[in-house]
Amino acid sequence: MDSTNLLEVKNLKTSFHTEEGNVSAIDVSFRIKKGEILGIVGESGCGKSVTAQSILRLLDEKAVSYEGEVLLNDVNLLTLPKKKMQKIHGNEISMVFQDPLSSLNPAYTIGNQIIETIRAHKKVSKKDAIEKSIELLRLVGIPAPEARLDDYPHQLSGGMRQRVMIAMALACEPKLLIADEPTTALDVTIQAQIMELFIDINKKLDMSIMLITHDLGVVAEVCDRVIVMYLGQIIEEATVKELFKNPKHPYTKALIKSIPHLDGDRLKDLQVIDGTVPTLTNIPNGCRFSNRCEFATHHCKTKVPQLVDINNKTAKVRCWYAEETVSMEVN
Amino acid sequence: MTNLKPLLQVKNVKKFYTVQKFGEFKKGVVKAVNDVSFNLYEGETYGLVGESGCGKSTLGKTLLQLEEPNGGEAIYKEKNLFKLTKKELRESRRELQMVFQDPYSSLNPKINIGKALEEPLAIHSIGNAKERTEKAMEVLKNVGLQPEHYFRLPHELSGGQRQRIGLARALILNPKIVICDEPVSALDVIIQSQIINLMRKIQRDLNLTYLFISHDIGVVRHISDRIGVMYLGNLVEEAETDEMFENPLHPYTQVLLSAVPSAKIENKKERIVLNGELPSPLNPPSGCKFHERCPFATAECKKSEPFKKEVTQNHFVACHLYN
Repeated sequence: MDSTNLLEVKNLKTSFHTEEGNVSAIDVSFRIKKGEILGIVGESGCGKSVTAQSILRLLDEKAVSYEGEVLLNDVNLLTLPKKKMQKIHGNEISMVFQDPLSSLNPAYTIGNQIIETIRAHKKVSKKDAIEKSIELLRLVGIPAPEARLDDYPHQLSGGMRQRVMIAMALACEPKLLIADEPTTALDVTIQAQIMELFIDINKKLDMSIMLITHDLGVVAEVCDRVIVMYLGQIIEEATVKELFKNPKHPYTKALIKSIPHLDGDRLKDLQVIDGTVPTLTNIPNGCRFSNRCEFATHHCKTKVPQLVDINNKTAKVRCWYAEETVSMEVN
Repeated sequence: MTNLKPLLQVKNVKKFYTVQKFGEFKKGVVKAVNDVSFNLYEGETYGLVGESGCGKSTLGKTLLQLEEPNGGEAIYKEKNLFKLTKKELRESRRELQMVFQDPYSSLNPKINIGKALEEPLAIHSIGNAKERTEKAMEVLKNVGLQPEHYFRLPHELSGGQRQRIGLARALILNPKIVICDEPVSALDVIIQSQIINLMRKIQRDLNLTYLFISHDIGVVRHISDRIGVMYLGNLVEEAETDEMFENPLHPYTQVLLSAVPSAKIENKKERIVLNGELPSPLNPPSGCKFHERCPFATAECKKSEPFKKEVTQNHFVACHLYN
């Protein structure tokens, strides 16, 4: 494994056992480098959250099965016993969810909950744990942290709660923080504060962050590299600069063009693609995007494209006509 | 635009809620909408933006009297909507309709789409059964759905299709004004653009007037002719869309616009990150409600509340900086 890689996901397949048989939700391979912020974008149902939850094996293992490998320091997390996995969770990788209110226990003070997290992972005295909690709350930008320890979750605002969740996730100094739609439930001005916080902790603690979001604006502001997902597959992977400047996949292009920009021509209609994402039980033959793609040929509809390296391996794209569509502008 | 006669004149509308404060005898008052005035002209889209809790949705609901107003007037066709008799109010609802954020919770899961669409016609006793069905089919076509959707149940439709039904149901009575409360917020970006394009097309075809309430500034900019910005129950700034984005006057508007994450890599604007959070509406700051978070606040701002004034043509702001 390359020394610059923190986590390597190889052919990770997660399938759900349903009444209609096994439904494969994702099939992905990617790497997370040390100290980078990796964004994963896509529409609802594209498998971005399933990817994150599969890395930490958070899904109910009676209802899903995992295949492939998730390598952290050459250890495959998917085959680890539950006990060892719990050690990884929090110490090496931790996660922040969209809705902080439902992830915090309403009956305990936030101090209690942070101290519990610290003491579950580290053998420290209560006094040290309290000090550490105060330090963490200060790190995530909560004013007067000493006083806040005795607050209950309902006494905090949405933004503050999300900061507490981030503080808890940082408690054991993990190497990777997975954030699943961390700003989606927040207002724009609060979202801006949390985005600054992510950039800040990434720099200060040299921690890799995997940021899952549907908001391309957030990706452009925060991330170094981006993965775009469609129907359980990665369809494009590039640096943020490259992706926004020169998107290759027709889906990525459509996604970027459909956003109402703050400086676009607002009198023109927004660029859209027709139809909706097909269901996982009804995946088109060939390229999964072929039924909505305006460039799709017979070849696209019958042959499955692979995720291939382009631009001297700086980017990857899953499209038969990746090189051609660059010159074909969607107008 | 000022020489035109407004279609709907909103004057000093107030909506207060009394709440029992925890552990106190005294009841608190939340001024959810505090003295808001604006005009809505025929065929335009007026965008109302602000963060959660600023009162934008309450304002929309109050105008339709889904919430009882505590004061002010809403003048439509020379009549104050707030002073109508029950019968007149019902009549007026034909012309003022609303589209909600979550179309799933506003559709009865056991009634098929066709019946749900015909319901408003039945309530207003328009046409016979056959004509209503025809009308429902027509309006389905208008919102880009097929006749077969008439027989579907809400759970069989996707989020985007459900929102089209929400729109169809508002349109079936041929309203003049449609109040849209976060109509695209629950949708994915591509579906969102489909709905926005559809709403614009329908507006052009039917000469509709929209009051478009949303927290998404990009969306509001795209669809609106004029924009009003709300903060803690007050309308703090109002201008034509391009003017608002080129020349935002109120410090809060400036912060709000700069906080929007832009999906562009080049020429990034400097983001103004605001300190603190929205104060409790139960206990709002004195004077200008924004002064605690405002980088330009002066002693004057703490004392007296600023009033809305016209700074340049059609550009209104409520801020002491522009006295």
